[in-house]
Amino acid sequence: MSLFDYTLKELQEKLHNKEITVTDLVDASYARIKEVDDEVKAFLTLDEENARAAAKELDEQGGDNPLFGIPIGIKDNIVTKGLRTTCASKFLDNFTDPLYDATVVSKLKDKKTVTIGKLNMDEFAMGSSNENSAYFTTRNPWNTDYVPGGSSGASAAAVAAGEVFFSLGSDTGGSIREPAAFCGVVGLKPTYGLVSRFGLVAFASSLDQIGPMTRTVEDNAHLLQAIVGHDEMDSTSADVEIPNYTEALKQDVKGLRIAVPSEYLGEGVSDEVRESIKAALKVYEDLGATWEEVSLPHSRYAVAAYYLLSSSEASANLARFDGVRYGVRSTEAENMVDVFKYSRRDGFGEEVKRRIMLGTFALSSGYYDAYYKKAQKARTLIKNDFDKVFEDYDVIVGPTTPTPAFKVGEKVEDPLTMYATDILTIPVNLAGVPGISLPCGFSSEGLPIGLQIIGKHFDEATIYRAAHAFEQATDHHKQKPALGGVKG
Amino acid sequence: MNFETIIGLEVHVELKTKSKIFSPSPNAFGAAPNENTNPIDLGYPGVLPVLNKEAVNFAMKAAMALNCEIATHTKFDRKNYFYPDNPKAYQISQFDQPIGENGWIEIEVDGYTKKIGITRIHMEEDAGKLSHTGDGYSLVDYNRQGTPLIEIVSEPDLRTPAEAYAYLEKIRNIIQYTGVSDVKMEEGSLRCDANISLRPIGQEKFGTKAELKNLNSFTFVQKGLEFEEKRQQKVLLAGGEILQETRRYDESTKETILMRIKEGSDDYRYFPEPDLVPLYIDDAWKERVRASIPELPDARKARYVNELGLPAYDAMVLTLSVEMSDFFEATLKADADPKAASNWLMGEVSAYLNKQQKDLADTALTPEGLAKMITLIEDGTLSSKLAKKVFAELIENGGDPQQIVKDKGLVQISDEGQLTEIISSILDQNEQSVVDFKNGKDRALGFLVGQVMKQTKGQANPPMVNKILIAEMNKR
Amino acid sequence: MSEITKEQVLHVAHLARLAITDEEAEKMTKELDAIIGYAELLNELDTDNVEPTTHVLDLKNVMREDEARKWIDREDALKNAPDQKNGQFRVPSILD
Repeated sequence: MSLFDYTLKELQEKLHNKEITVTDLVDASYARIKEVDDEVKAFLTLDEENARAAAKELDEQGGDNPLFGIPIGIKDNIVTKGLRTTCASKFLDNFTDPLYDATVVSKLKDKKTVTIGKLNMDEFAMGSSNENSAYFTTRNPWNTDYVPGGSSGASAAAVAAGEVFFSLGSDTGGSIREPAAFCGVVGLKPTYGLVSRFGLVAFASSLDQIGPMTRTVEDNAHLLQAIVGHDEMDSTSADVEIPNYTEALKQDVKGLRIAVPSEYLGEGVSDEVRESIKAALKVYEDLGATWEEVSLPHSRYAVAAYYLLSSSEASANLARFDGVRYGVRSTEAENMVDVFKYSRRDGFGEEVKRRIMLGTFALSSGYYDAYYKKAQKARTLIKNDFDKVFEDYDVIVGPTTPTPAFKVGEKVEDPLTMYATDILTIPVNLAGVPGISLPCGFSSEGLPIGLQIIGKHFDEATIYRAAHAFEQATDHHKQKPALGGVKG
Repeated sequence: MNFETIIGLEVHVELKTKSKIFSPSPNAFGAAPNENTNPIDLGYPGVLPVLNKEAVNFAMKAAMALNCEIATHTKFDRKNYFYPDNPKAYQISQFDQPIGENGWIEIEVDGYTKKIGITRIHMEEDAGKLSHTGDGYSLVDYNRQGTPLIEIVSEPDLRTPAEAYAYLEKIRNIIQYTGVSDVKMEEGSLRCDANISLRPIGQEKFGTKAELKNLNSFTFVQKGLEFEEKRQQKVLLAGGEILQETRRYDESTKETILMRIKEGSDDYRYFPEPDLVPLYIDDAWKERVRASIPELPDARKARYVNELGLPAYDAMVLTLSVEMSDFFEATLKADADPKAASNWLMGEVSAYLNKQQKDLADTALTPEGLAKMITLIEDGTLSSKLAKKVFAELIENGGDPQQIVKDKGLVQISDEGQLTEIISSILDQNEQSVVDFKNGKDRALGFLVGQVMKQTKGQANPPMVNKILIAEMNKR
Repeated sequence: MSEITKEQVLHVAHLARLAITDEEAEKMTKELDAIIGYAELLNELDTDNVEPTTHVLDLKNVMREDEARKWIDREDALKNAPDQKNGQFRVPSILD
């Protein structure tokens, strides 16, 4: 049994009783990485020397918060002072020191977690399979022929593979929940504004959120607790009262009112996934919750609205990568315009360019109203759908993805099919509400299936309560992928 | 064919807040390159803007002083364009909901008064600064990046380059009074672009306009527009066509030079800034800012004429700069006579400042010192000639006028007995002059006054010297 | 609605400062056309009386006090610069 098979609570007890040290935990992390990362390919940059030094120091100091000494992996679009941050882009290949820590990273440092390294992703978080990394494709630990999902694919895979205890991902249209579903871990996309975006390299500013990825719901609640809160450096960070998330887990789900959107079980959703969700609903019934079918009528417009909005914002957000102040400048260019054009040509991958082009087009003169503004209006309608359902229900439940993980290379040639992977997660970002994915079964091929629970704005507590109750009533989360020749 | 000239100005004014508009970097002029920058100013990945409240207050203050309506709902937008001095490749600006709209100011040119409309005033961030090394490279300093700016866009109401000059003076004047900017063109805290087009008199439709950039002083604005007016006229009269171009004014040749021809309009792809939330400016906020606006130049000018009885010209000159006007008011507070204070400020003080190329604040002169000196003149202690000596000392080194008079022995000799004694002895030595005077040669009197002054080192009271001289000569 | 042309793609690529080859432009034209074609789905929606959503949370007037603070050293500002000289970022000459 690996140290990372324990819960946070158990690990803290062991640390407290001196059965283990922080150094043991960090050793376990790097040992496992050495063992399986050739297969999983989760890490872009390791910070071994600093991590070991930090572990030694923490062992001397001691400490007793729930996250003390726990090895964590950070998605590579979250900036870390003095630690290379590439966003899996060639453009930032030489970006060895972003000069500052993201607010979430500072908060974790306060809690004395130990950063093991930076995790692979789709370049600039644009993708659903990790195949858009400029470096390599992270593999699904359950079957390395399959994608781990994206864009936080490696954040999910590293946790599933036991390389780190937990990780941070980011979610713009499903980038935490989809890989969590594909890799059989727990991933939460918090309410927009709950977690500071300061230091998250922006993809789509009005949609991006950082969130925790863990093996269990309880651990997820602990990690979220550590990173939430109002941040004066982020104008869109909400100043709301923060509940005690782990306290919420103690409550049962008797009388919980669950809405199940018919659109989430319809066309395009595989039979296996549908069956798993139905089985999950049965579990909830047994636990005393009730569920009813509802409609989110504008769901079918979400993907189109999302790609217009997110690409438009991205076209501006990624314009700063111009080769003047940081990043890789083309050596070919002789004049300034070519410095811009060649550096961006060489630095960006195909999907990033595609989205920049789409976004630039949607904002350009004569098209703004027809595309960008129209999408903003569609967003309003989608948000209203959620508001309406939440008048009568506590949570919305459905699948995270229409199918389990697909094979590497399977969808890479067809952007639209790839985009459709996120059809069930995107509306959540557009509405700004929180959503979680947790394991709820396996396909016949042995690939995990994810259950998505969506809550009201800032009601992560209810999501956790519902997720925890389901998890405790089932044992999907106890399954582990076979890797490195040894199961578990 | 006769043409009418249409001019519109875009004025950028830097607001002198302590920190930048979206980052906590110091907002200061003259630091070493890139000293006042941080990851936000440098457009680092992951950074976010947070709005400086004072920048909004300052912008509102300026907009109110320029008679604008203040928006209740306003927001920021991204203006997208690539340039090495624009680190995010978008400038945070305001597109469709500017902070102020529908303002106006009144200008006075060649004796007529005219109301010039202000279309809008919006807030934005300044860019960095590029310099050219001449070896095929440019260097970028981002210290200026993020300095809060307001852009003041005039209606196309200006008809002559002289009106444009007067408009700029008035804008600078008013903003200076509000205290939100240094409005110094030489430091770039006020900058101006000008649009100019011609149309045949009687035609309603505007002609194609050229945009003038790189105008480094108000005079250059006027000169550039004058040149451009003639150039366009020449082209049109020759049957040519004005192209939509950007031109710059060359100070050495005094000509405008083509920078680039614009094809269509620039596509800045404006969209609402998702990193900043909207502003809601309620009445209470507006009133708070309104209450902080000091008396503006036109109001002061009127008060100087109506309450202090100053000539209109004096009132105009004194209110040209807030510094001068404030100094004048402080001099009155120190009990100086308004007209005497005005005369000194407009005369000796202005001459000194012009000659030394200094601001009032850079001299040692204080309102109290000036007021005291004026009192000494009024009570006869100082002649105007001696006063000039005292003034020279006051403005260079400061001090108490009374003390200066004492230390330098500058007290006027007004003692009749003493003066009579001196004059008698001079008359004794210059009998011929007395004869000349009696024969009607007025020049003789001037000569004798000069002799008295020479002997008294200029300290003799001139009116008394005149009086006694004539009386004494008539006795002979 | 409109079909995307290669000329448009080249124009957009210029706006976005992306150097693309003729071949890439052709490929991009097809892809963008497909994506935009898909986005036309939104035209089914009657949005005449719908307000656009820019911010999903109803926040307003988020501002900071006007306080200046030093954050990084000048050397750090230039630390990641591809080219620099005399404490400034260096780029090929800008000639308008």
